[in-house]
Amino acid sequence: MTSLLDVRDLHVTYRSGGGEVPAVRGADISLKPGETLGLAGESGSGKSTVAMALLRLLPATARVTGAVELAGEDVLTMRWGRLRAVRWSEAAIVFQGAMHSLNPVRRVGEQIAEPLLIHRTVPRDGVSARVAELLRQVGLPASRAADHPHRLSGGQRQRVMIAMALACAPRLIVADEATTALDVMIQAQILALLKRLVADHGIGMLMISHDLSVLADTCDRVAVMYAGRIVEQGPAHEVMGAPAHPYAAALGAAFPRIGDPASRRAPRGLPGDPPDPADPPPGCAFRPRCPVAEEVCATVDPPLWPVAPDARGESVRHAACVHVGPVGEGVR
Amino acid sequence: MNSAAAPPAAPPSPRALARRRRREALRSFAREYSRRRAGMVGLAGLLALVALALCAPLLVDPADLTVTRAPGTAFEPPSARFPLGTDDYGRSILDLLIWGSRVSLTVGFLATAVSVALGTLVGVTAGHFGASGGTGGRLLSSALMRLTDWFLVLPTLVLAVALAAVLPRGTGTIIIAIGLTVWPATARLVRAQTLAVEARPYVERARALGGGHLHVMAWHVLPNVMPVVLAQTTLLVATSIIAESTLAFLGVGDPTTVSWGGILESARNAGAISSGIWWYMVPPGLAIALVALAFTLCGRALEAVIDPRLREQR
Repeated sequence: MTSLLDVRDLHVTYRSGGGEVPAVRGADISLKPGETLGLAGESGSGKSTVAMALLRLLPATARVTGAVELAGEDVLTMRWGRLRAVRWSEAAIVFQGAMHSLNPVRRVGEQIAEPLLIHRTVPRDGVSARVAELLRQVGLPASRAADHPHRLSGGQRQRVMIAMALACAPRLIVADEATTALDVMIQAQILALLKRLVADHGIGMLMISHDLSVLADTCDRVAVMYAGRIVEQGPAHEVMGAPAHPYAAALGAAFPRIGDPASRRAPRGLPGDPPDPADPPPGCAFRPRCPVAEEVCATVDPPLWPVAPDARGESVRHAACVHVGPVGEGVR
Repeated sequence: MNSAAAPPAAPPSPRALARRRRREALRSFAREYSRRRAGMVGLAGLLALVALALCAPLLVDPADLTVTRAPGTAFEPPSARFPLGTDDYGRSILDLLIWGSRVSLTVGFLATAVSVALGTLVGVTAGHFGASGGTGGRLLSSALMRLTDWFLVLPTLVLAVALAAVLPRGTGTIIIAIGLTVWPATARLVRAQTLAVEARPYVERARALGGGHLHVMAWHVLPNVMPVVLAQTTLLVATSIIAESTLAFLGVGDPTTVSWGGILESARNAGAISSGIWWYMVPPGLAIALVALAFTLCGRALEAVIDPRLREQR
């Protein structure tokens, strides 16, 4: 089966006053229909930049190279008119912070209808029925369509954003920190809702979060980003249970486990800060904070290697660390 | 779609539905507005004034306003016959005031409409393309703002006088001259507000939806800058009425029409200040102040009704 989303060697560089700041340095992502991929990483690791690059929503100061193929079409070379047609009808985004992603002076129903009217997915007189149907799908009464956003709670607004994302029946949904601002109960409800919708409609979902526990719960596969690169990817339970990259291990260990007194008394954070993207260290970007760094890490920036490869040298998991690389490559 | 062939039991056509929805929206708007006492006072004052201006021909005989057929003698103090006294030709000040409201209000409204429309168009366009346009968009935005700056540094009065001198004499000329000179302040204000709105996440969301420039400007930016535009409108009406009186004072206005500014000017020429003839000076000045007040009250109430966040606070 062909993949729904194929990102190959994506580089995003922001031009700023001081020079060029690479935000994403060679990311490869692929996603099949009905699959959920989690993208994890600290703030500033380039997760949201990847999401925005998928629909070419980055500001004019960003230079994007590589390829973003959405259902076989390259988004980066698309013409403006085609791009506008593809936005939302092929791939929709559930933005972070639903509080501010709704226009305060428009009614909720009007805003859910906005993509329907722009893309003319349904005839004009069918719009209100479709809006009511979408609201029901996300568990809100259809009467909420007449309210302004400030009358809704945070969870309800996030549901509205999901309804809006579903409006044109896209094949890909990008959830960019969709549950971050919500409390744990609402978060669980929204995650369950997203999971159900993905399963019901066979939508591919790219879920972006810094919260590994959320991703582990929701996603089939997880990719961990650090300083603009994917450092480990593979099936969610394997990446969480037995991380191969020291950064993925540290990110997973940073969350205290309920009922585990050891993690409560000594929560294992990660010393130091992520590197300045304008001035990354030579070699592996994680080396300054890495507990198992070796001398060779200062010169070699390892590519993604298969973890525990089978006889043909292939694996479902990949990690970018010299400790994972094949013996005899001269790096160990 | 052929509506004639539709079965009689069919649901109402989309157009009828849209009409009904619009009617309901208007009704709820009126309900919200009527809850604001200050807004109602301002609206009542404005309606009374407009009614007065419209009914002026019924209340005043234009012949009484000519210098040669003036009914009274010069500088009569207020009496039963002339409630606000007479001017230096013996014309009733009250009659002049009623008649003058026509020109003053017309010029005030139309010049404001011209300048607010122009300023909003330039401001929203410059703000939108400056914030989220490409290189070409930012060039257009810069060009528009430099044009605005150019109009802004030109002395308004000089430009208005020059325009009024070049164009054929008449009320239309005054409207255009004022409209073309007052818009830059509105454009700057609207642009600033547009930039603030463009930075909001819902504008990014609208672009992700596939919305084009026109959609973002008309659907997201315009409703959010409307409160600012309305506030500016209320202020501009007063400015325009004053600008009109200034032009009349400089003799570039239409000398054949009576306006509040014109009355003030003739009062000054007749030496009403030094000789203490207050009934010649105070009424037109008061009229200008009252119109400005009425517009401000209406504008504030409108602003509160349009912005749903202000509506709930109260």
